[in-house]
Amino acid sequence: MLDAPGKALIEVSGLKMYFPITAGVFRKHVGDVKAVDNVSFTIYEGETLGLVGESGCGKSTCGRAILRLYEPTAGAVRIDSKDVLAADADTLREMRPKMQMVFQDPQASLNPRMTVAAIIGEPLDEHTSLSKKDKLARIYELMDQVGLNRDFANRYPHEFSGGQRQRIGIARALALNPKFIVCDEPIAALDVSIQAQVVNLLEELQDRLGLTYLFISHDLSMVRHIADRVAVMYLGQIIELAPRDPLYVEPLHPYTQALLSAVPEPDPEAEKTRRRIILKGDVPSPANPPKGCNFCTRCPKVMEICRQTEPTFHEVQPGRFVACHLYQETAD
Amino acid sequence: MFTFTLRRLLIAIPTLLIISLVIFLLLEAAPGDPLGEVPLTVPPEVKAKMREALGLNSAWYVRYLLWLKQFFWVEPVHLWDALFGTSYGEGMQRVISFQSRQPVMQIIAERLPQTLIVVGLAYVVGVLIALPIGIISAYRQYSWFDNIGTFISMIGFSVPTFFTGVVLIIVFAVKLHWFPSVYDTTLQVTDWASFKAQIRQMVMPVTVLALYNAAQISRFMRASMLDNLGQDYVRTARAKGLTEKVVVLIHVLRNSLIPVVTVIALGVPTIFGGAIITEQVFKVNGLGQQLILSIHANDMPMVMTLTFIFAILIVLFNLVADLLYGILDPRIRYD
Repeated sequence: MLDAPGKALIEVSGLKMYFPITAGVFRKHVGDVKAVDNVSFTIYEGETLGLVGESGCGKSTCGRAILRLYEPTAGAVRIDSKDVLAADADTLREMRPKMQMVFQDPQASLNPRMTVAAIIGEPLDEHTSLSKKDKLARIYELMDQVGLNRDFANRYPHEFSGGQRQRIGIARALALNPKFIVCDEPIAALDVSIQAQVVNLLEELQDRLGLTYLFISHDLSMVRHIADRVAVMYLGQIIELAPRDPLYVEPLHPYTQALLSAVPEPDPEAEKTRRRIILKGDVPSPANPPKGCNFCTRCPKVMEICRQTEPTFHEVQPGRFVACHLYQETAD
Repeated sequence: MFTFTLRRLLIAIPTLLIISLVIFLLLEAAPGDPLGEVPLTVPPEVKAKMREALGLNSAWYVRYLLWLKQFFWVEPVHLWDALFGTSYGEGMQRVISFQSRQPVMQIIAERLPQTLIVVGLAYVVGVLIALPIGIISAYRQYSWFDNIGTFISMIGFSVPTFFTGVVLIIVFAVKLHWFPSVYDTTLQVTDWASFKAQIRQMVMPVTVLALYNAAQISRFMRASMLDNLGQDYVRTARAKGLTEKVVVLIHVLRNSLIPVVTVIALGVPTIFGGAIITEQVFKVNGLGQQLILSIHANDMPMVMTLTFIFAILIVLFNLVADLLYGILDPRIRYD
């Protein structure tokens, strides 16, 4: 994947998602929560891009904005060189089969009043004209694919365990043969023993169906397992984007270094020597990010320039992008 | 479901018996005398005879058991006779109104259509207005439509019907002469002109009651829709690429209707109860008005029977609401 990046499937450029803050009697617009602030990246066909970051940094918002489940404030998202954000409602609906999402909470994201067959089959009603028999065959095929017993087709979501429900969510996402799937923390709500099953299922499906994933997670070890490249987000911005191995071995951005130092080592000997970089202070409010670099308030290697000018996001080594003044000179 | 229904119906029997006893004792304990309106010129010994004729001299439990027998045995037998032309019930003592000396059930049967037409129609109209208002208000939360809807609901909620009714009478009957202020019960719908007259006299009472019902139900609908619109499965539905119509009307509305249907079902008994105040304001000779008249006159058999029928309806529609819940929500099973 590293040597021969395939065709770019998803191109995100300058994506911004601001949520307005209103105040007062007349709901005057007084500011914005900059949940996603000027994010650009590319996902190549067949790869998995991991998107990591701490809670509230805008990972999920970013994933939803790409699929236009929110109306982004600015930017462009192209899937197969077709702009998702500029499409009108009908065109967008026709594009939906190509891009799907697996949601975080498998309990809440399935309509409690629909049977499994109805949940998986509904996209088929909407976007295809299969006969009843063909549709049922397709539903069974999908259930087989994700390892669900066919006999469960007429049951309701609440009758399943968490892992099974997530399989329903995956089968639903697969129904229309998508090319691109945003996995929004698909394993965060699951038991550890089930997490591996679901992640392996996702990998298996990727191999079989040639899927492209944007894998959003805060679980760094899981991302290391599944992702080809990893993007690190902090306060609405991507601060580092690199192929998996170099990023985990030698993180460049001070935030990535701190983040990775927090991953516990399974080996007790190595764990003894693990040096954690403890960040001081809290994440600034996304409604009022600091001037200059977003990370300057907590960065252990902060310099004067960090508080003044915002670093640009640029390539410092082949395939490695970082937004930090420490690497700005080397690039110039 | 069947065993559940059967069990609930069986439980309803002791419940209703206890309710009937409580009603009877409450009426017994209430001050007032059924003969209070008899003129003072009537000599005391005649009064004593009247009292005996009404059966007021026997102990309360005797009268209660007698009422039970009349209500649960004699009245059904008479209903059977009336329906099939038989005469099993001949010579049996029916529940008789103190006031009019007519069988209570006969009065109820005479008045029920008035109540059902006016109050029932108001309820249907109220529901039909409330559902779309609730849905649109929730879908476009804080829009001008929602704000106006909220305002009107608050008025409907907080301004009592005896006030809105009188305001409507002053404006549309007294000033504008559009509608009659008094509901004419004797009007027979035979041709187009009488049909129009019937519609005209129904407009105002129906409007007053519909506004009141719609205010409540639309708030329930809105709250329930808002609750569901924020759910994750709605986002899933959008991600599937469904049209907005399908998302809102199939996914959100179907799930939101569950609590609303319960509220609507529980409101049905109040139709039979008649809108006591509104019927009074517009002089609709319905059950609500009858109840008020009978309470004034200490007509115990009438009040007892009417109140008990309302109690039966409430118990029954509680069961209906529970069953509807089970049908609409697959997560609830009554096995």
